[in-house]
Amino acid sequence: MNELFGHFNYYIVVILMMMGLYIVIASSNLVKKLIGLSVFQVSVFILYITFGKVTEGSPPILTDNTDVYSNPLPHVLILTAIVVGVATTSVGLALIVRIQEAYGSIDEDDINAMDDKDDDHLEKKV
Amino acid sequence: MMIIDWLSDICLLLGGILTLTGAVGLLRLPDFFTRLHAASVTETLAAMLLIIGIMLDTGLTLDSVKLMLIILIMIIANPTITHALCRAAANGGTTPEVEQPSKSVTQTDLQNSSDNEVKTETEISGKEAK
Amino acid sequence: MIESLQLLIDVSLLAFLVIIVFASIKMTDLFAVTMLFGIFSFVSALLFLDLDAVDVAFTEAAVGAGFTTVLMLSALRLTQPYENVKHRHSLLALFIVTLTGAALFYGIADFPAMGDPNAPVHQHVAPEYIQLTQEKIDIPNVVTAVLASFRGYDTFGETVVIFSAGVAVMLLLGMGQVKHEQEPEENMVLWVVVKPMIPLILIFGLYVQFHGDFGAGGGFQAGVIFASGFILYSLVFGEMYARRVMPAPILPRLAALGVLIYGVTGLISLLFNKPFLDYTALSSNPVSGQHLGILLVEAGVGLAVFSTILLIYYSFSGREVNHNE
Repeated sequence: MNELFGHFNYYIVVILMMMGLYIVIASSNLVKKLIGLSVFQVSVFILYITFGKVTEGSPPILTDNTDVYSNPLPHVLILTAIVVGVATTSVGLALIVRIQEAYGSIDEDDINAMDDKDDDHLEKKV
Repeated sequence: MMIIDWLSDICLLLGGILTLTGAVGLLRLPDFFTRLHAASVTETLAAMLLIIGIMLDTGLTLDSVKLMLIILIMIIANPTITHALCRAAANGGTTPEVEQPSKSVTQTDLQNSSDNEVKTETEISGKEAK
Repeated sequence: MIESLQLLIDVSLLAFLVIIVFASIKMTDLFAVTMLFGIFSFVSALLFLDLDAVDVAFTEAAVGAGFTTVLMLSALRLTQPYENVKHRHSLLALFIVTLTGAALFYGIADFPAMGDPNAPVHQHVAPEYIQLTQEKIDIPNVVTAVLASFRGYDTFGETVVIFSAGVAVMLLLGMGQVKHEQEPEENMVLWVVVKPMIPLILIFGLYVQFHGDFGAGGGFQAGVIFASGFILYSLVFGEMYARRVMPAPILPRLAALGVLIYGVTGLISLLFNKPFLDYTALSSNPVSGQHLGILLVEAGVGLAVFSTILLIYYSFSGREVNHNE
């Protein structure tokens, strides 16, 4: 059983990572790009936590009747990473709200078109 | 205690079956409000039965007191959430699909009611005659 | 038996995650995608629980499934909730992603099998941390001991990061003002049920904060849970009353106070001729010095996280909807 599924977690993590990357690259809506970025982040968390798991281990809280604990170090790193992730997401969403107010849309292609139009106007004036 | 073990197994099994029923209802029912009804089965009864099953398995420790508190919060909060969801949908304009009665049904209804009217009229005329 | 059950749950939850992300790629209604993302965060929290990471599962459920969903819904209120359908499929992106995925698959062959106790990651630092927690710090939760004491410097950096995120959002969106005319929409069932629940949520937040040494918990989770009590009050009873209970100008000062508590706890050790953030200087007995240090540091973190999360929520909910077409 373990030989079959020993690497299963890692394959799914790579699949999730690539799906998140696809959402970031391929969608033109800024909010959806941010969601793709969060999916990517969570898949990396799953990778680290899978590294930390020990078979027949218990959660890393010291009790009297257990000997084998799962590795606490990836847990600490991912705790920090989750909080930093929510900080990044909130700043990203604040930027998207300001972009919506400045350009009137949060579609990347529309925003680029408006910027190109402005650049053309500036060049004509000069 | 064998009885408590059996009871715990029954509760867990029943909770699982009800969760499956709720999931099937969520997928197959036609309208938002009917689906909400199916989901509310899962979130109140099925979850409660599962936690009662775990409580019976754990025995009388601090953990089962914590599980009891979780059940209390679920009993109070989950129906409120269903209510809030339903109200938000109704405010947003979702209306329940109501089936209009079909033509054949109304015709037979009319026939039945006219037969009743004829019968009562003959009864009244019969009584007047008497 | 338990191992194969854990493996079964692990496999099914991972399959769920893949299906959820695939569904959210295909959908264009952004409200639905946000809800799917909330479900994604919650299922990944369950997966973390299955992989024995209780603190991480707690934090992901509180932060990811709770706060991020509310934040995204607030942001969608201020922008548009649908996606432009014509710019959808991109073959170049698919090609890049497949190429990168193939390269990563090739790299997976060198990884150790999941759960292998002889993997390199379990060899050097981790058993030492578990040992030292029993000897020098003497609290049951190893993750809190490592987070607050052994790797306290990284946690200080993280607290400053969340504080600067709150400052950045405040600079971009402003804190919003108390709106004097907006009475909340009347909803008797919600009002009656939510009002007793809010003090229970706040008590639970305090319980998680101070119980973090003995079970799953700690400053981050407690800060988010405490803030979500206030966010619930604001959602149900209206923003006007919430801003009267907790005025927005207090929050940046509270966040700065949290970071300051953390920094001062570290500086005190310098005064006693010990390294920065060495808690043994705080008391005559080194073990109780560690306890005191962890208590103060977690309190600082909890305060900073609570005020920042609430500040970010106030910034989003206080912003006027501005449709300039």
